[in-house]
Amino acid sequence: MNGMITIYKKELADHFTSNRFLILFALIAMVSLITAYMAGLNLANSLEGVAKPKFVFLLMFTSSGVQFSLVQFIAFFGPLIGLMLGFDTINRERNEGTLSKLLSQPIYRDAVINGKFLAGLTIIVIMVVSIILVVTGLGLTMIGVVPGIEEILRLCIYVIISIFYLAFWLGISILFSIVFRNVATSALAALAFWIFFSFFIYLGANAVASALVPEAMNDSGMMVLKAKIEKGIALMSPLQLYTDSTATIIDPMRRTTRAFIQVGMMERLSMSRFSGPLPLTQSALIVLPYIITLIAASMICFAISYIVFMRQEIRSL
Amino acid sequence: MEPKIIIQTKDLTKYYENQAAVDHLTFSVQEGEIFGFLGPNGAGKTTTLLMLMGLTEPSAGSANVMGINPTRDAIGVKRHIGYLQENMGFYRDLTAFQTLKFIADLNDVSEDIANDRIHSAIKTVGLENSSQKVISAYSRGMRQRLGIAEVLVKEPKIAFLDEPTLGLDPDTTNRIIDLIQWLSREKKMTIVISSHLLYQVQRICDRVGIMINGKMVACGEMDRLAEEKLGIGKEEYTLEALYMKYFQEGDA
Repeated sequence: MNGMITIYKKELADHFTSNRFLILFALIAMVSLITAYMAGLNLANSLEGVAKPKFVFLLMFTSSGVQFSLVQFIAFFGPLIGLMLGFDTINRERNEGTLSKLLSQPIYRDAVINGKFLAGLTIIVIMVVSIILVVTGLGLTMIGVVPGIEEILRLCIYVIISIFYLAFWLGISILFSIVFRNVATSALAALAFWIFFSFFIYLGANAVASALVPEAMNDSGMMVLKAKIEKGIALMSPLQLYTDSTATIIDPMRRTTRAFIQVGMMERLSMSRFSGPLPLTQSALIVLPYIITLIAASMICFAISYIVFMRQEIRSL
Repeated sequence: MEPKIIIQTKDLTKYYENQAAVDHLTFSVQEGEIFGFLGPNGAGKTTTLLMLMGLTEPSAGSANVMGINPTRDAIGVKRHIGYLQENMGFYRDLTAFQTLKFIADLNDVSEDIANDRIHSAIKTVGLENSSQKVISAYSRGMRQRLGIAEVLVKEPKIAFLDEPTLGLDPDTTNRIIDLIQWLSREKKMTIVISSHLLYQVQRICDRVGIMINGKMVACGEMDRLAEEKLGIGKEEYTLEALYMKYFQEGDA
């Protein structure tokens, strides 16, 4: 326990003094400020003339400013924070010969991973919370709407899910840093993993679904099946899991995580007429499975890290 | 009085991809002595040291360090062993003081004692003037001395010094050798030193073990080994002659 705290403190100090962290933080701060500012401007325009807007405050996070909304931004580029914080965790120590020194002290091996992971996690928490606070502050002054208690609750849940999401990527990059001895290799592998699961998997999902259900044009049952297959494959992507688990939380007007809903004439009519927001508990209920999967994925990747690291030989060179 | 045995191995064996790096090694180290661990590169000295600290698992055989089995209770063993590794790595952005503090914290040394120990260690190894400099500005000799300071801060019962004088200039080498003798005499540490610099080893070691291809070909007091092997008495032999004799036999 003591070893873990010592390593945690040292890693945290290292993070705070590293240039990498400063660059990252400046970048994130700048982008979130700009997106929020643009969103705020758009919001003021688009809300003009709306009689009773609901959850205006959350719109700050979901309505797109320049190109991305803040939520999308975190979903797409948040993983990079996690990867940058972790890709050289273990292999750098190995290359510099400090790993065997560290492990020749009376500490458990898992204390090394735990301490380093917790230090990275702390940085992630600081980043996410400060981004949200900055946007909240901007929102208060720009649109002049005070968030209600439910909006604050939703934001809190959103922050927690986002932290889990980034922690997953931190875990992945730590795993790569254990598996690959070379720092550059682990960085590239982590990037490739991110690109594949965030962008290419959708193409793959589409291709597989089209191959399995070739004639989906006319038959509505087939269309549903195809959409289901596509969605199922896409769910392997942490990005998809995260987008789904935050979908109804941050945007109460959404009622489902599905992109493809089959509705009849009358249903469509009633939907458009009674398009009220979901209550928080219902929103949470819809996305709970995704959140749990996201947490489970983080834990699996952590477990693999443990197993690999415990079994590794610590030759000094 | 019979000397107390502090490290004991029995048939300790380590295979790397079907090749024995350490082959049925049986030897012991007595409490308070300086044990010279000699052998050509790749003879398995470092692997043996790593197994004794529980950092590497032996393929067969067993070891016993201060009554503890390092494979079972690595933490227990590591609490008693200070390890100066070959080509010691350091966190380059830390100062000497921060490095030593980090080591003290990892070893659960309380704040007051740690500060005392760090100051006296820095003084002992002669780094007073650069203790606030970051390590990336250190020369090789200074790093090696800082490595010994790390051992000092930990105050272990046993110190493993793996090639402590490798690549150092003669003056620094002498300082390190003096420091090692000081550790043994003043701090009553048991020291296992692996080295190629036979002249220095001969100067300070009580007993030596010569290891070739994973096997211990000779182990004991130098005088006795010299008499047995070279047939000449004290003060006439050099460790080098003795070592070469064993080495040629081992090769043949």
